[in-house]
Amino acid sequence: MSAKEKLTSMITSEGADSLSVPKARPMLEGLKTMSLLKKIGLGLLILAIFLAPIFFQGFGHIFLIRIFAVIGLYILLALGLNIVVGYAGMLDFGRIAFYAVGAYTAMWVGVPIARALGEVLGGWSYFAALPLGGLAACLVALILGLPVMRLRGDYLTIVTLGFAEIVRICLANNIFGLTNGAKGLPRLGDSLGEPPGLQWLKYNTFFRLGNNFEFQFTSNIYWYFVIFILVILSIIIIRNLDNSRLGRSWAAVREDEVAAQAMGINTAKAKMYAFVIGAFFGGIAGVTFSYFQAYVSPGSFTFLESALVLAIVVIGGMGSIPGVLVGALAIQGIPEFIRGFASAGWFGNLPAEAISAISNYRYLVFGALMVFMMAVRPQGLIPSSRRSRELHATGSDAVRESTTLEDERNKVGETYHTQL
Amino acid sequence: MTHVMEAKNATIQFGGLKAVDSVDMYIDEGEIVALIGPNGAGKTTFFNLLTGIYEPTDGDVFFDGVSVVGEKPHVIAKRGISRTFQNIRLFGALTALENVMVGRHLRTSAGALAAMFRLPAQRREEQMIQIDAERWLEFVGLSHLANEVANNLPYGAQRRLEIARALATDPKLICLDEPAAGMNPHETEELNKLIGRIRDLGVTVFLIEHDMKVVMEIAERIYVLDFGKLIAQGTPDEIQHDPAVIEAYLGLGAEALMARNLDETKTEQALEFAEEQAPLMTEADEAAEGEWEVFDGENA
Ligand SMILES: Nc1ncnc2c1ncn2[C@@H]1O[C@H](COP(=O)(O)OP(=O)(O)OP(=O)(O)O)[C@@H](O)[C@H]1O
Ligand SMILES: [Mg+2]
Repeated sequence: MSAKEKLTSMITSEGADSLSVPKARPMLEGLKTMSLLKKIGLGLLILAIFLAPIFFQGFGHIFLIRIFAVIGLYILLALGLNIVVGYAGMLDFGRIAFYAVGAYTAMWVGVPIARALGEVLGGWSYFAALPLGGLAACLVALILGLPVMRLRGDYLTIVTLGFAEIVRICLANNIFGLTNGAKGLPRLGDSLGEPPGLQWLKYNTFFRLGNNFEFQFTSNIYWYFVIFILVILSIIIIRNLDNSRLGRSWAAVREDEVAAQAMGINTAKAKMYAFVIGAFFGGIAGVTFSYFQAYVSPGSFTFLESALVLAIVVIGGMGSIPGVLVGALAIQGIPEFIRGFASAGWFGNLPAEAISAISNYRYLVFGALMVFMMAVRPQGLIPSSRRSRELHATGSDAVRESTTLEDERNKVGETYHTQL
Repeated sequence: MTHVMEAKNATIQFGGLKAVDSVDMYIDEGEIVALIGPNGAGKTTFFNLLTGIYEPTDGDVFFDGVSVVGEKPHVIAKRGISRTFQNIRLFGALTALENVMVGRHLRTSAGALAAMFRLPAQRREEQMIQIDAERWLEFVGLSHLANEVANNLPYGAQRRLEIARALATDPKLICLDEPAAGMNPHETEELNKLIGRIRDLGVTVFLIEHDMKVVMEIAERIYVLDFGKLIAQGTPDEIQHDPAVIEAYLGLGAEALMARNLDETKTEQALEFAEEQAPLMTEADEAAEGEWEVFDGENA
């Protein structure tokens, strides 16, 4: 009889009453334990974000749709990176490589399929490219990870950093004649086809309210919705992972690798899972980027982009999904909003140079912001619940109570009596 | 019958230092065995050999009759050896409950896809993991702190949490590295009872401890290491009267005592020295006094 069975029989022979099951269940918390008010609030927020492009379009701020769609892609990237950095505690400086793998896979897979399907149906190739791009990124991560996962974390940082640059340079140099170099893909005369159903939507969703509000479905709105759905699904899947056996093994590896091993966790395997699964989300973001832009070139996959995604995770709050959302909004969004509104003439008639300067100086601002955050709020804008619990230095009431010796004694005494 | 654990000529050399030197040792099923010795004797290093953190440079260590040498720590854990650490190594940012849930990792199997889509089997398993973890917390008396973050727990609770986490792996042999360190006398007493109850579950207990009160009270057999070498083994009674052990612990002071030319100051010096060497040993005043009386009597 194993120790567990013995323990179980000991307890059950005393009756189930002796098992005081704690009421709050941290691993299963979430929607179930959320108050009704919060649920309604969250529902309304999601609905508002979903419907936002209709209003942007209706009121004529079309540029916002595109900005939000791009923010969504960065959210996908950062969600994937968050698994690696926030959950498993590894540092990855080359996230954009998986984005590139996804994006180019989409072109390599999507263009021939689109050609075969013809102009009208070509866009359906997205549904083949999406999983394939994700899996291609996984495969690349697996090959990249094999030699480094057994080594210390720093090696991964260096390998990812180097790999992302190698990928970019390969793309720029038209490696094996596959990438068309700096000119990018698709080649002249090729295309990924029209998004499936877009024409139908265009003709059937036109409406006008009064003189100021006119709505018509566009390609940007189409991809906004696709990205929105991808983000929602990804969040659900990643949350499930976090609250699972695998998620706990990531947390264990992050917290103490030696102890994790002693608890029977194959740390190299756990880290590999994080790296490969994280890459998947980078891959599907890349595929979607390809279809959304209908064009990719090496210029989109620079080191700065990797740094930007890392900044989203770190400033948002490592290991925190709301942190990723807010981080992406702040880091990818704010400069774009400023630039967008500036070019829309909201701040008077700024010269074009001034507008482009805004986007160029943003990295300077991020650098300063990162330093500031590390000094003032290292846990990020919206820290993960675990980290904030931990940083709550005084501990909760239960701890404070039990640190007085008498209480501890009584409580310990009680439990021991019920046991034997 | 094969021993649960057996070391044959186990040796590990760090540069010029043999931290564990030709050690022969065994533990049988259901025993509580203590490993004692002065600081730096090689006790923790021996645990590290047994749990796969280090590989012996010579000799062999067997678990259930099969060598553990060359096995990864997580494989050894799966085979049934679990441990705690001298300087507590909890998963600090996780709650007490989550820490113990991690302990269930190697006895559960849900994979990534099952977790992503919360398949029914995964949900059931997850629930079982939580129930098991709650039971182990209850077993060590920490139910009331289940949802506290490990780093915020009081010291004694952290030590007990490490034991609960180790037990959750369903071990055959549990290795406790100084579980009483930093505990107050009351906590130590509870720990003694806890160790007894662990053995009652059928788990073999292998224990490093400086607190002689704990060792003498609960260990059935004791091994003594000094400078990596096994210098004595036997029942608590035998060990207490073993001249080699006394010398190892008290050094020159003991020799002075042995030579029986004791005057007050020398005894005092010897005791002070002993305190430096093994502070917790003399903390249990009564036990220590008792030892001295017996010792004096024998030599008189
Ligand atoms: N990885 C290592 N490299 C070099 N020397 C080591 C290593 N690990 C342990 N040692 C040395 O081996 C000796 C035994 O150390 P060990 O930690 O096993 O002692 P211990 O008996 O557990 O002592 P304590 O009671 O202080 O815990 C010490 O001299 C230590 O410095
Ligand atoms: Mg030690």
